[in-house]
Amino acid sequence: MILAELLDLDPAYWTTTVIKILVMALVVPTTALILGIVFLFKMMSWMQSRVGPQEAGPKGLLQLLADGVKFMQKEDIVPDRADRFVFKMAPMVVLVSTFLLFVILPAAPDAVVADLPTGVYFALAISSVSVIGVLMAGWASANKYALMGGVRAAGQLIAYELPMVLAVVGVVIQAGTLNMNGIVAAQNSFHLFGWEVLNVPFIVTQLPMFFVFMAATQAELTQPPFDMPVAESELVSGYTVEYSGFRFLLFFLAEFATAFAFAGIAATLFLGGYALPFVDIEQYADLYWFLGPAVLFGKIMLISFLIFWVRFTYPRFREDQLQRIAWKFLIPISLVWLAVTAIAKVVW
Amino acid sequence: MLAQVFSAVDACASTTADTAACGQTYSDFLRQWLTVAIFTGVAFGMGAVMLGIAAVLRPSNKRTGAYQNQKRIGYESGVDPVGSGWTQTQVRYYIFALLFVLFDVEAVFIFPWAMRLEDYGTFGLIEMLIFIALLALGLVYAVRKKVLQWL
Repeated sequence: MILAELLDLDPAYWTTTVIKILVMALVVPTTALILGIVFLFKMMSWMQSRVGPQEAGPKGLLQLLADGVKFMQKEDIVPDRADRFVFKMAPMVVLVSTFLLFVILPAAPDAVVADLPTGVYFALAISSVSVIGVLMAGWASANKYALMGGVRAAGQLIAYELPMVLAVVGVVIQAGTLNMNGIVAAQNSFHLFGWEVLNVPFIVTQLPMFFVFMAATQAELTQPPFDMPVAESELVSGYTVEYSGFRFLLFFLAEFATAFAFAGIAATLFLGGYALPFVDIEQYADLYWFLGPAVLFGKIMLISFLIFWVRFTYPRFREDQLQRIAWKFLIPISLVWLAVTAIAKVVW
Repeated sequence: MLAQVFSAVDACASTTADTAACGQTYSDFLRQWLTVAIFTGVAFGMGAVMLGIAAVLRPSNKRTGAYQNQKRIGYESGVDPVGSGWTQTQVRYYIFALLFVLFDVEAVFIFPWAMRLEDYGTFGLIEMLIFIALLALGLVYAVRKKVLQWL
């Protein structure tokens, strides 16, 4: 009966859903490609004085596509001792977690797949599902390196989940909503000290939280300087060590798509999302259909640049230092700023 | 039936909901989650399709033998693995798991409070500051117990 009621929705719903599915199936892999080419290949080689890929396509821009085709032709090896089913499912779990992060990301007032009332909360919840995938991969490989990498990754992801959650709470207090569109609208109509000329995004008032959020994002992505779980010089890339061919590529895709999604969430929470200051969302709703995605993409590239800049320039933290940073610095900072935000909200 | 179940959690139940949107029934709330459910399926489907294409393109070498079996041994830097792959690891991680549970419960309580802070006013603020202070005490205790000190 419940199913009958659910399916009894108007045809317009199914039409838009099919369009959304087609768009998202294109967008998600494309984001991973864009970040991979622009930052991993071009910016990294430029920052570290390396040559980088040159042969495939103009200036080596098609290198990642060539790599993808290469990965497709690789043999799919499952170790003899591995837990076959869990081993094969692990990349899928990570991929699903990544894909669902995009679902709540609004690119314009109506250009969002699911405008959930608890949008940010859903994103935080679904992003921790990838921990399960990582732990599955580490455990099922039946490899000491993989197991160590998986346990390290799980310990790191849960430690940095907390600062991330608390950093989001600061924004939620200011916006008074968990809905992503609502947070964008709150920033669009937010005036610092109530002055009309100071229409600013939340990064101005939540700068410590932005720092905490970005550090936690870096750790969630297991990127340097927080890449202890995938440290190639001691764990030979940790939980992905036994993966070959396309299953490895799924992990790679998921990592970069997650970087894009987290940059998008950070842009929405702290930089005003698809909206620009002084350009009212209600008034220019039609304009935002074109302006919104472009503005959001620009902001995402800016934040991705920060993420990858840190990735390419900092040395790796030791495992215990990594835990200490989360518990001793990031969580207290976010708790203090949370209290400050709450007091400010009640007093004004 | 569903209308009754979801009327309590409907967007219209909140004080900030605008009256125009409340003309709609429960289906708008459910629709969002139906979309999420559909997209979970799509994500699995996308992975399956990509792996399916790869399965057609890649060589599948089912031969066995001394040489073929070598590649299915776990890779531990070129040395043959000794013992089981499921070894013992750092026991310290369980303390982090406990700390995590502590603060994650805090996060669960803090989100509804953060949303409705303006309605709760000073009373809610002081209440939550005490709550946060108590949890922070737990963290201080863990630090003083040298949980984070490994070396």
